[in-house]
Amino acid sequence: MLSFVARRIVIAIPTVILISIFVFGLQKLLPGDPILAMAGEERDPETIAFLREKYRMNDPVWVQYATWIKGVVTGNLGISLRTNQPVTELIAQKLPVTIQLALMALVFALVIGIPAGILSAVKKGTITDYVANVVALSGLSIPNFWLGIMLILLVAVKWQALPASGYVPPGEDLWLSLKTMLMPAFVLGTALAATLMRHTRSAMLGVLKSDYVRTARAKGLAERRVILRHAFRNALTPIVTLTALLFGELIAGAVLTEQIFTIPGFGKLVVDAVFNRDYAVVQGIVLVTAMGFIVMNILADAAYFVLNPRLRKQ
Amino acid sequence: MNQPLLEVENLRFRFRGQEQDVVQDVSFRLGRNETLCIVGESGCGKSVTALALMGLLPQDSVQFGAGRIRFDGETFAPGDHDRIAKMRGDRMAMIFQEPMTSLNPAFRIGDQIAEAVERHRNCGHAAARARALEMLGKVGIPAPEQRFDAYPHQLSGGMRQRVMIAMALANDPELLIADEPTTALDVTVQAQILELIAELQAETGMGTIMITHDLGVVAEIATNVAVMYAGQVVEYGSARSIFENPQHPYTIGLMASVPSLTGPRRRLSTVPGVVPAIGQMPEGCRFSSRCPFAAPVCAARPDLAEQDPGHRVACHFAPLEQTLERSA
Repeated sequence: MLSFVARRIVIAIPTVILISIFVFGLQKLLPGDPILAMAGEERDPETIAFLREKYRMNDPVWVQYATWIKGVVTGNLGISLRTNQPVTELIAQKLPVTIQLALMALVFALVIGIPAGILSAVKKGTITDYVANVVALSGLSIPNFWLGIMLILLVAVKWQALPASGYVPPGEDLWLSLKTMLMPAFVLGTALAATLMRHTRSAMLGVLKSDYVRTARAKGLAERRVILRHAFRNALTPIVTLTALLFGELIAGAVLTEQIFTIPGFGKLVVDAVFNRDYAVVQGIVLVTAMGFIVMNILADAAYFVLNPRLRKQ
Repeated sequence: MNQPLLEVENLRFRFRGQEQDVVQDVSFRLGRNETLCIVGESGCGKSVTALALMGLLPQDSVQFGAGRIRFDGETFAPGDHDRIAKMRGDRMAMIFQEPMTSLNPAFRIGDQIAEAVERHRNCGHAAARARALEMLGKVGIPAPEQRFDAYPHQLSGGMRQRVMIAMALANDPELLIADEPTTALDVTVQAQILELIAELQAETGMGTIMITHDLGVVAEIATNVAVMYAGQVVEYGSARSIFENPQHPYTIGLMASVPSLTGPRRRLSTVPGVVPAIGQMPEGCRFSSRCPFAAPVCAARPDLAEQDPGHRVACHFAPLEQTLERSA
């Protein structure tokens, strides 16, 4: 198991290097010069020259990359051109907020999506199946921002059951933190629940036709056990992959939801950084997001290992 | 004569939305310690008959006609799923054609056997494990203690089929249905598996229904034979009478298609054509579209009539030779 994971990590190294080159290259290719932006209205040549020297913009590109990557390895992602805060610090502030949101959204997605998928596969072609599919389709097609606003109107404004927006760190007041995050997590989770439901359904449909499910029935097992143990266990592999990828998507894709519920998370950081051409921050964010995807993929691989005995050493 | 273990009378069903029956008036009986072979080519309804007996066809897509099953003195309708579900895996068990895919790849083989025991014997996990180990030994798996923890992919096809047999027989069923258990295996392994089933049968006295298209297998193990064609039993009798005195043109065609090791070499004989699809079956005798002797009378369905004691044939021309001689 350990050697398997170690191998996956080694394989991931070239990917990480490639991503870093891409991320670094991207900002060089982006239109607009941050130095000009920083120098202000006057565009004093001396100031510009000073700034270029200060940010080492006069070095050859590969030296700039080497300097940057050296910083990255030691946890220094540079300094925000706008707020003068270290990028690492900014990310460390915002990332946990979004991770909490993503985790809670994932719980919604799993709790709704998987049982609905199993149910609609088992009851294929019946009313239950159609209802589940229609609900899933609505979940996919209702835009997050609309659902979010409607929920705020109904739950927060009319019923006054939950706070409409904001963020409370769980360390400060766990209960209030969960309550505040409940609506945004639900909004974010429902769309994913639909995707998960569709995938669970198709994985289950495939597995339910298999010979070993017939064997399980021939043993006289209760249908519940046949479905939940013998079938679902084998349908889990694609579901785990999807969940890992969805989690990555949640981190990157929470932008809209965070805006609506004014959550000071990663998404808001991205939007602000892009609008302000705060390259160091954009670079850091893209790099961290990409790393997140890679980590999730390695975790998914490790999960296969647990799920699928055929992968283990023979 | 003592009471047979299983009697099937006029088993008949169709899949929802289809015009014709998949299986039509199938009847047979099976005594304890006997082996009934159901033979016929692919698509003749052998496997669905077995699955129907086990209650393993999807309930909502099958429509059963009249007909009844008598198992160990109890009579019930073939569609009585609750009744059958109670016996499945306990008093009647089944093994399948595909040992490679019939075991769940995610669980240890020992646990898969023990699960069947636990389900039906209301015993604890330790007792179930002990029984599973005993069964693994019985079916000839070397070092059962170590193999208990193996996953299916770690075993060969023959070993997996042994595990399937261990699983099926773990609760000492009175009836074993084996659906082409050796088709997917090497020839040498085939013989071992058949021998194993025969041994275990002699030990427990269970009745066995063996579904096969291998007439060599039939000759070796059958007590009685039911020849099926297109969902109907066309000939039924003791193995001896079927092999020595086949009466139905289809049975004769099947026998002729077995290659012979002696005598002059010639082209293999075949029954021309294929089994018609459901919905395109001829009315009356379903074999008439391929039968060399077909005549207008075949538009009416022949009864499965007794020719000799215990030997039944569903053909208007039976006994074939005498009828042909007379008309010549």
